[in-house]
Amino acid sequence: MNVGDLLPARDFPVTRDDLVRYAGASGDFNPIHWNERFATSVGLPDVIAHGMFTMAAAVRVVTDWAGDPGAVTEYGVRFTRPVVVPDPQGTVLHVEGRVREVRDDGTAEIELTATVNGDTVLARARAVVRTAACR
Amino acid sequence: MPVDARFSGRVYPPTAPYEVGREKIREFAEAIGDPHPAYRDAAAARALGHPDVIAPPTFAIVLTLHAGHQVIMDPDLGIDYSRVVHGEQRFEHRRPITAGDRLQVVVTVESIRAAAGNDIVTTRADVTTTDGELVSTARSTIVARGTAA
Repeated sequence: MNVGDLLPARDFPVTRDDLVRYAGASGDFNPIHWNERFATSVGLPDVIAHGMFTMAAAVRVVTDWAGDPGAVTEYGVRFTRPVVVPDPQGTVLHVEGRVREVRDDGTAEIELTATVNGDTVLARARAVVRTAACR
Repeated sequence: MPVDARFSGRVYPPTAPYEVGREKIREFAEAIGDPHPAYRDAAAARALGHPDVIAPPTFAIVLTLHAGHQVIMDPDLGIDYSRVVHGEQRFEHRRPITAGDRLQVVVTVESIRAAAGNDIVTTRADVTTTDGELVSTARSTIVARGTAA
């Protein structure tokens, strides 16, 4: 593994029913994530995805590549732009990953790029993974 | 009204123990659309060296979001929940959260600052077993729009 290595990029479709399922599983029932009337009443263009849904989807680029999702020891993101999810067509989250740093302690830092329609939705999206687990 | 910066460093009481169930992990994995067998099949998780089914890297939010509401909803702090957006999230895991864990969360307000008319509150949620083993730390930064003086 070398700095600059690319991880396989992924496209994750996101629809309204994904958000309803995520709301139920996570316990985050904020209506901006499922109710268009409410979302627009607070100034949003439409229903938006949970930031934590986007964060969970994006790290799959790392966990699928590593093979063992338990090898992820750190993961952080900054939410820069809401992911708007129109009904019924939804949207697509595109995620790319790149090895940013290979460390002496047997870990590597992966930098993720997450975009929707070409716009960046996560910044400083970085995961640290134990490389012994990586395929 | 601005939130009170004197709340920096405040520590909230531990949450009631949460028992991590295999089916809850499976439900969460389904909800994020992740078919990985380590989230469903104990034998597959053991083959990777884990004692039982493990949870995805962001699963801790199920516990820490709820625990963090102690801060956001704290009337003494004066945050307007309807104006809160999630700015940043970070997890550090000593090990994966695993089915059968009994976990509790202690939330600490790490910093409160005002920037560009917003209040920015960073909390740290330490997730430990009921025996006191630190499993994960989750840091959340929330932005309360337009409430600063």
